[in-house]
Amino acid sequence: MSSVAVTKKKGVGAVIWDYLTTVDHKKLAVLYLFSGLLFFAIAGFEALLMRIQLMFPNSDFISAGTFNELLTMHGTTMLFLAATPLLFAFMNMVVPLQIGARDVAFPFLNSLGFWLFFLGATFLHLSFFMGGAPDAGWTSYASLSLYSPGHGIDFYVLGLQISGAGTLISAINFIVTIITMRAPGMTFMRLPLFTWTTLISSTLILFAFPPLTVGLFLMLVDRMFDANFFDHTMGGNTIIWEHLFWIFGHPEVYILILPAFGLFSEIIPVFARKRLFGYSSMVFATILIGFLGFMVWAHHMFTVGLGATANAIFAIATMAIAVPTGMKVFNWILTIWGGSIKVTVPMIYALGFIPSFVAGGVTGVMQATAPLDYQLHDSYFIVAHFHYVIVGGIVTAIFASFHFYWPLLFNRALNEKLGYLTFWIFFTGFHLTFFVQHFLGLMGMPRRVFTYMEGQGWDLFNFISSIGAIMMAVGVLLMVVNMLLSIKSKPVNCRDYWGDGRSLEWAIQTPIPFYNFKQLPLIRGFDAYWIEKQEGNTEGMTYAEPLGDIHMPNNSILPFIMSLGLFIAAFGALYHPDGVSWSIPVMVIGLGITVLAMIIRSVKDDLGYHLHKEEILAIEEELYGKGGNN
Amino acid sequence: MLDTKFTPQTWPEHPEQVTQEGKNKYVGIWIFICSDIVLFASLFATYISLRNRGPAGMEFTSQELFELPLAFVMTMFLLTSSLTSVIAMYHLKNYNFKGVQLWTLATVLLGLGFLALEIYEFYHYVHIGFGYTQSAFSSAFFTLVGTHGLHVIIGLVWMLCLVFRNAKRGLNLYNAPKYFVASIYWHFIDVVWVFIFTVVYLMGVLG
Amino acid sequence: MSHDTEIQGRSQAEYEFGRRKSAEKMRKQVINFAIMIFLTFIAFATVVADFAPTFIKPIILLLAGIQVVLQLYSFMHMDEKEAPYIGVISTFVWVGAIIAFTFFLAFNTIIWW
Repeated sequence: MSSVAVTKKKGVGAVIWDYLTTVDHKKLAVLYLFSGLLFFAIAGFEALLMRIQLMFPNSDFISAGTFNELLTMHGTTMLFLAATPLLFAFMNMVVPLQIGARDVAFPFLNSLGFWLFFLGATFLHLSFFMGGAPDAGWTSYASLSLYSPGHGIDFYVLGLQISGAGTLISAINFIVTIITMRAPGMTFMRLPLFTWTTLISSTLILFAFPPLTVGLFLMLVDRMFDANFFDHTMGGNTIIWEHLFWIFGHPEVYILILPAFGLFSEIIPVFARKRLFGYSSMVFATILIGFLGFMVWAHHMFTVGLGATANAIFAIATMAIAVPTGMKVFNWILTIWGGSIKVTVPMIYALGFIPSFVAGGVTGVMQATAPLDYQLHDSYFIVAHFHYVIVGGIVTAIFASFHFYWPLLFNRALNEKLGYLTFWIFFTGFHLTFFVQHFLGLMGMPRRVFTYMEGQGWDLFNFISSIGAIMMAVGVLLMVVNMLLSIKSKPVNCRDYWGDGRSLEWAIQTPIPFYNFKQLPLIRGFDAYWIEKQEGNTEGMTYAEPLGDIHMPNNSILPFIMSLGLFIAAFGALYHPDGVSWSIPVMVIGLGITVLAMIIRSVKDDLGYHLHKEEILAIEEELYGKGGNN
Repeated sequence: MLDTKFTPQTWPEHPEQVTQEGKNKYVGIWIFICSDIVLFASLFATYISLRNRGPAGMEFTSQELFELPLAFVMTMFLLTSSLTSVIAMYHLKNYNFKGVQLWTLATVLLGLGFLALEIYEFYHYVHIGFGYTQSAFSSAFFTLVGTHGLHVIIGLVWMLCLVFRNAKRGLNLYNAPKYFVASIYWHFIDVVWVFIFTVVYLMGVLG
Repeated sequence: MSHDTEIQGRSQAEYEFGRRKSAEKMRKQVINFAIMIFLTFIAFATVVADFAPTFIKPIILLLAGIQVVLQLYSFMHMDEKEAPYIGVISTFVWVGAIIAFTFFLAFNTIIWW
């Protein structure tokens, strides 16, 4: 184990095996990145199909049933299987580097989290080929989904159950990592903001995913094992699903937006070349948003009829969230204010993000007004609102971070010129698509309809919206082309690619060795790397320990096997209501595989291995040439 | 580090928190328990809103169904197993491996006793016609109490694995955190049961 | 990710002090156990004795709350101030408890028939 070659050429099989068994947070980040991109492309394609269908009135490009499947899968995939893993990719990549750790707290669980997510997502997408995708919307309200024929909803329930377990495991891992693995001197109030938002958004996952797990489980037993949670003839109540879903569903949007805030809080100070304005108020705002995010779920249910008191309470709580969010927006603006601004691709995304996100936030406050929500509910206004927040906030953050962190991830840089072109096409397309949808909503066009009649004044705006969607698709394609081109480009082989990096991740020379830090750094303040640079430290960090042996975790195939067991068991559960004879055996075999893998894991000691001083020096020399990382 | 031999004198006062790995496990189990709190809260909330709900003319109500003495005995089993688990941790701190093994086994036995009573109770309900699919009330009841039962089973398997796996090797800093973490998890199961006893059984009988 | 640690021997006095401390803690835990048994019994008895439900319900919920706090702080070692990150841990636990309480409240008030 201990003779490790870093840059030796390996066969395809060996590389695949390496990625199947890896517990290295950087490799898992790459896996998250590519699987997230895959599902992002799939869900984007679904959106494009829907927009083509809605381009003209009375269109028959796709059928109503297919449209329902597309809208369900678009929402589900984008939120659970595209945005989450893409943000997880950056969390995995950056957080251990920012806090000065060699790996996450539980490398094994990190890998398990990824494979559960990936196989759950694959399971959900198999529904397209196995008798129809889920078609009850991403919210899958019980009164609708219980009576959905075929296996679509079963795929939804089982797929999300598995991938949700993976997300929860990863969240626990991030929380523990940030609590226990910080380098000496890295106090909580010195954590970079992306680490803070990762901590808070993982905490939200921690508290929000169990209700989803429960909700999905109740749906599962209702549909497959004849339980009666949502069946009113047997005493059940479908409102329970709505509550459980939104108790999860509302924090979910904060789970996604908080890391996006964090990413921009990293990008803006670097290119404004100024310390982040109001660091402690940023931290406070993050915590407050996280907490309030839990107390507002019923604003999705204003029209259900909870009563005036409940609606008023939740309306006020919802509006209160605008306060900490406003704090953040002002802090970003004041960071840029008076800075020596360098406009680069990540920065231009950040500059585009601020007004777009504010627009989305303002329409959010409009909907928080319960009486007005009765008018806006289930109209295109809602669609416009949440796309402004999600695309204007999360997707721009992800695209900006592709450019920003590509040198860390792959030791390559993305093309700047192509990046600008991508930004302008995507950004224009985004506003074209969704700005007019506000008006469509106010004119009364309901969401989730597969077509509309002409002569209602909706034709032009729908046409504009579809043109915008095509532009967004072109933008995403250009982004992918840019990524592919970067394979051919020269390795950057440097430290601090952007020249003005502030936090610790920029202090490491790329390519980053698998153990990250040959000596753990000593953190002497907020913006650790900036401090060292100011004092003329060419090594980028002060060390907290002498060069010595490093302890590293072993690779393992068990996470993949555990996830595969659940994947197999899910097929058994899926076909159980059909009364096929093999459903129970398949479930038993699948769960058996998982349990067996868990027992092997607990009975076999996994002590990891030690990387010796001489080996470290040899690796450093191979990576950085003579003299190593100096 | 597996080879380091300890005496009670050199054994650290907090063996579970000395290594980085131990600290990670210690924090990790607590964070997991936090998510489990919310999981059970969702199940409790669902149960409360579905209690005594069923198809028209349902004959089962919580007042008549639950037998308090049985639930009381089950509570005693689980509470006592919490105490034995604490005693095992006392011996862990004092580097008394035999004590750890013995009291962990006692915990497992008490847990098994609890589980047997629960299985008997479920069997009894199904036997009189209160099956899982009988009504919303029955579904919610079996899901809530059954999830707790599943946690008990996992805890029992976990502790048995620990006892057998480490029987020959004695205490070291690699397995001490594992015993400790299992013990915390077991106490959490007891915490949940305190609420099940109060909310499901006592308040169920009250109506 | 390191299993490495420096093992420091303790002096005879330190060792005996540690022993005494953990023995004392054990004694406290046994007392707490007795209290918990007692509280469970009281809750059981009030219900069996058939007082008015409006009176019993808050009482037994309070008793359950006390038992849980005893479990957390005595049996689950949340009272060990010197334990690493115990402040963060108790923050997480109590935030979880608040959120759990919100669910109770919501499902009791805004689910209707």
